[in-house]
Amino acid sequence: MHAISDALIITKRQLLQLARVPELILFSIIQPIMFVLLFRYVFGGSIDTGQPGGYVQLLMPGIFVQTVAFTLAGTAVGLTADMQKGLIARFRSLPISRSAVVFGRTLGDGALNIVVLTAMGLTGYVVGWRPSSGFLNITLGFVFLLVFGFAMSWIGVLIGLSVREERVATNATFIAVFPLTFLSNAFAPTTGMPKPLQYIAEWNPVSTMVAGCRQLFGLENQFGATAGSFPSDNPLTMSIVYMIIIMAIFIPLSVRKYNRAVNK
Amino acid sequence: MKAITAEELYKTYDKGKIKALDGLNLDVEEGTVLGVLGPNGAGKTTTVRVLATLLVPDAGRATVSGIDVIKNPQEVRKIIGLSGQYAAVDETLTGWDNLIMFGRLYHLSARAAKSRAIELLEQFSLTDSAKRPIRTYSGGMRRRLDLAASLIVKPKVLFLDEPTTGLDPRGRQDMWGVINELVKGGVTLLLTTQYLEEADQLADEIAVIDHGKVIARGTSDSLKKQVGGERLEIVVENQHMAATKEIVARISSSALNVDEGLRLISAPVTTGSKALIEAAKLLDEMGIHPLDIGLKRPSLDDVFLSLTGHLAEEKKDEDLALASKKRGR
Repeated sequence: MHAISDALIITKRQLLQLARVPELILFSIIQPIMFVLLFRYVFGGSIDTGQPGGYVQLLMPGIFVQTVAFTLAGTAVGLTADMQKGLIARFRSLPISRSAVVFGRTLGDGALNIVVLTAMGLTGYVVGWRPSSGFLNITLGFVFLLVFGFAMSWIGVLIGLSVREERVATNATFIAVFPLTFLSNAFAPTTGMPKPLQYIAEWNPVSTMVAGCRQLFGLENQFGATAGSFPSDNPLTMSIVYMIIIMAIFIPLSVRKYNRAVNK
Repeated sequence: MKAITAEELYKTYDKGKIKALDGLNLDVEEGTVLGVLGPNGAGKTTTVRVLATLLVPDAGRATVSGIDVIKNPQEVRKIIGLSGQYAAVDETLTGWDNLIMFGRLYHLSARAAKSRAIELLEQFSLTDSAKRPIRTYSGGMRRRLDLAASLIVKPKVLFLDEPTTGLDPRGRQDMWGVINELVKGGVTLLLTTQYLEEADQLADEIAVIDHGKVIARGTSDSLKKQVGGERLEIVVENQHMAATKEIVARISSSALNVDEGLRLISAPVTTGSKALIEAAKLLDEMGIHPLDIGLKRPSLDDVFLSLTGHLAEEKKDEDLALASKKRGR
């Protein structure tokens, strides 16, 4: 089957773009690094975590998850641009697998995440992040993050192929992801939120991911309203369930959308 | 053998409010060039999209090389090439990168993709710019690279959607040269254009479309006969109007058209530049120096005027329809 090799050619195209325009990589990593530094030094002093190592230990998993969740923005904007320029029409006129272009794109965005997470992890280390769980668990944590980014990327495919302009794609993805990452345990404990909000925040896939990663990086989680419930006791399992649900819904929808996509 | 057939194609946008294709019929003989001529929004792009498997029509049937485009799109994609205003290449990458990528997507081996890229770059005079990103290319170079990308597997049927729209005259001439070379190689070509001159240059036959259907079909000569061919146009000072009318009447056997306000005298001619030279000679002998003198070729507007009685309107219906369709989804 050509399905995989076709998708890898599209992924390669994206990596070549990065090689031809290195600024693309630079700006992909500057923003997350900036976030690490801002949160670490702006909020770090005023949030008492009660855990050894201070706020940065809790912050890093949160900011990792936020960054990979935002993968969907890059995916969406990239596809909208390809659509506007007529590249999608060109690809669709080729005898390639029906899912190659969208799979290749999500894989490429996943590959970029490896670079981004590495840069963030190193920055985190410089400012005091010290995961204590050993090599295997830490690696597993990063694998989790990459898969979550890949799953979110598929939501980006659908958005990217549904809007007509890059600016719309940028705004739409921001509106979709921003509340999701802040209405969570990523930057501040949920226990400070109004009770009804705690339920939403703690069941939010971003929170289960953050809690799961904290667990893998050797930290203890705090829960408010949902303490003792399944997601709070099993954040990793719950995250896997969420990822499967996201992919089961958005992969077929995205592939279908791609195969009907026509630019203006 | 017909390389392309389209029977009674219908496509509406915006819940039937806008008819992009309204019972379009078309066929192209193998190894020939059909020019599809029409204004924006006439249905040219929609036609190409249906034939190139990008769009499924609401009703009707279409084949390319005998293969049904609706039932068997993947087979059709193996034998067609598509290039034009809406099918593009990756502008961030170099010309070389693009040709290799498309070659690999056509399932050529790495080595075959490379040698084909070298061949095509040579053929389209792009070898020197191969390692530059496409966004640094001129409009004409970009179109040539785009065309090259659609020729990687030597398609049996080629679709060119407005191949020269937006190019300067020089770029247009180059592109015509390139396309004429291709056609000599025996490919079946369907090209859409807004310019009668372009269809005239490149096509064996022309189909004029308006409101989603073919309203006239024929060779460029037969269409021109309907339109009236070239016109001789002379603008002179007021005091020379009478004498010039006599001269033009001697050259053209048809009725003169005189616009007193513009001081313009025009008439259909059949002998082309010979008529122009003769007119210039006679005017010179009389000591008349025209303010303007020239041959005017019939334009798309002239064709439409004579075929439909109305001018070719710029319609944005198709675009609007697609736009609202997208929002609806």
